[in-house]
Amino acid sequence: MKRAGFASRWLPILLLVPQLSIILVFFYWPAAYAVKSSFYLQDPFGFGQTFVGLENYSALAGSAEYLKVANFTMIFTVLVTFFSLALALLLAVKADKVIRGAKTYRTLLMWVYAVAPPVAGFMGLILFNQRWGPLTEFFGALGWDFNLRADYVDTAFAMVVVSVWKQVPVNFIFFLSGLQSIPKSVREAALIDNRSDSGRFWDVTFPLLAPTGFFLLIINITYALFDTFGIIDTLVQGEPGNNPMTLVYKVYVDGFRGNDLGGSSAQSVVLMILVLALTVFQFRMVERRIHYT
Amino acid sequence: MNTMKNTAKFTAAAAAFALAGTAAFAQTEITWWHAMGGNLGETVNKIAEGFNASQDEYKITPVFKGSYEETLTSGIAAFRAGEQPNIMQVFDAGSATVIGAKGATVPVQDLLAENGVDFDINDYIPGVRYFYADSDGKMIGMPFNSSSPVMYYNADALAAAGVEVPATYEEFEEIAPKLKEAGYIPLVQTHLPWEFVENFHSRHNLPFATNANGYEGAEGTQILINSDEMKMHFTKVKEWLAEGYFGFFGTGWDDNQSQFEAGKAAMYIGSSGDFGGLTTKGMPFEWGSAYLPYWASITEEGYQTFIGGASLFAMAGKSAEENKATAEFFRYLTSPEVQYMWHRETGYVPVTTAAYELAKADGHYDRFPAAETGPKQLMLQSGENTRGYRMGFYVQIRDVENRELSRVLSGETTVEDALATIEKEGNELLARFAKTQG
Repeated sequence: MKRAGFASRWLPILLLVPQLSIILVFFYWPAAYAVKSSFYLQDPFGFGQTFVGLENYSALAGSAEYLKVANFTMIFTVLVTFFSLALALLLAVKADKVIRGAKTYRTLLMWVYAVAPPVAGFMGLILFNQRWGPLTEFFGALGWDFNLRADYVDTAFAMVVVSVWKQVPVNFIFFLSGLQSIPKSVREAALIDNRSDSGRFWDVTFPLLAPTGFFLLIINITYALFDTFGIIDTLVQGEPGNNPMTLVYKVYVDGFRGNDLGGSSAQSVVLMILVLALTVFQFRMVERRIHYT
Repeated sequence: MNTMKNTAKFTAAAAAFALAGTAAFAQTEITWWHAMGGNLGETVNKIAEGFNASQDEYKITPVFKGSYEETLTSGIAAFRAGEQPNIMQVFDAGSATVIGAKGATVPVQDLLAENGVDFDINDYIPGVRYFYADSDGKMIGMPFNSSSPVMYYNADALAAAGVEVPATYEEFEEIAPKLKEAGYIPLVQTHLPWEFVENFHSRHNLPFATNANGYEGAEGTQILINSDEMKMHFTKVKEWLAEGYFGFFGTGWDDNQSQFEAGKAAMYIGSSGDFGGLTTKGMPFEWGSAYLPYWASITEEGYQTFIGGASLFAMAGKSAEENKATAEFFRYLTSPEVQYMWHRETGYVPVTTAAYELAKADGHYDRFPAAETGPKQLMLQSGENTRGYRMGFYVQIRDVENRELSRVLSGETTVEDALATIEKEGNELLARFAKTQG
């Protein structure tokens, strides 16, 4: 087989230049700048600065508050990822079986996807309002004195609920198309082998959905870590107080709101390393073990 | 780009010439970045229009840049790119950052003096005077939207319980059981750091930070929050909460104020500017405002309070003509008429004594007695600790205060531990800030 190639060595490089320069200017340069800033304590106007080495990082490691935020971020990510995947899978499996009015039903389930995170957060504010929120009243009737923004756990609960609600439709769309791409012959063969619905689901459908599921797992972890910002910002109304927040929100609170460029740069670098680790995990560890049909 | 700009300018000039038959000379244009949205923004535009109509040499364009934090961050980014506005509005907690960056702004007092605008710091209301000044008493930022914490009361609730408005926290303790019995939450507050920490220090003339409340420089400044007085206050507040004499509904301002508006809380500590909103909304009960309470056990008589809100800074790096325009705008802004209009429309306090006198002479306080509480409180006796405080990274320190004091009220921590944590984390932040000044 003849290998197709370029006549000149420079042509491919020339063709790559636009893409590379965009990556360089918009990704690597700011990232490098953040790494550099993380070693300084700097007056935001740029008049004074002190090189502090790793002090910004040691301050993070020594801060009980930062560790608490990191801890919350982990729990939050696990809960949001698990519930948004599980609920979406359940809905997709059920929707896959619907024959009459299937399109209307699916469209209705996907609608929420179009809601922007801050809007979702705002709807959460209304539903969980301290004095007249319908969900607050419902919990009150069950004997749970729900206090959004005054109670750490209650606020965390609202954040998880709103974040899951917002993410379920995306997962639903992917799971549904994953289910529909499972060949009919496989399903029919399974029907002969196993009469139990749940048995067939766990033995046949679930493994065949694994590629979709794994892709969604990564997407959902990134969502919970980064894209829930708008929801959190709206729910805490820019005044975190004694309310939970995620690592990304803390970068904003300290850097953008508080003008601590060095400290928030160090926090950004920690997040960059986290994303890097996640990417390595995605490519190295798991993709090899998942069978794509 | 330049050609386009010039063409646009030329077209605009030609249009102005054709329409008005004036504009024979070039107008100096200046920009003002602010964080006043909604009705406040409209009043800002009204001030700008008034200034533009009052003369034809200068033209000011106000630009709304979002929240206080967004405005400051945009201003910083613009400054670093050499594209800063002439005037930038900076909120109280962010002012140490701007004042600390020497060279970022032109002190207003210098700006006014250089451009022949009369200035006497004693024309300003005492509580307003030195809040944005340096350690020598030179005004750096021009006080703009200023307010102070005061206490609002539901007069019907007090009458139902048969009690009077308390002036001190001791008096409050006496009447609280009666208000509770009458079915009310006796007291709520709306901003723990501002009302129970910062202004607690000015109301009792207690030092809030070393280095003269931080005015003498960031180097070595330490927060003095872990004091017997603060411990006593928060121990009491916690007791009140347990007894049902005090309500706490989280860090959010409105979550607490709405308890008063709903007729559930008999009194709330809020901003002197709140009376405007309360009047517009129309409360279903009689209400009024009184000074922020103080502890008679700490001081026999209460002192004046700090202002909150924001000030206007003249950004450095502008031409002499533009600075002259900025100075003229400040002259217009601080005139009694404009200050009175701002006070009347927004509920913020007038910053000069002359404007206060004008409002009084016009009968504004007969129509709205609650409007006078703020300015009068800012004119109470002063002390060495009442001019203001200057702490870097104070936005984060406020976050720590909010977090720890909320935890005290939710029972997650003790008063002693919370104050010790605020002191420790606050001092770490202050030390970090001092290094940014490097």
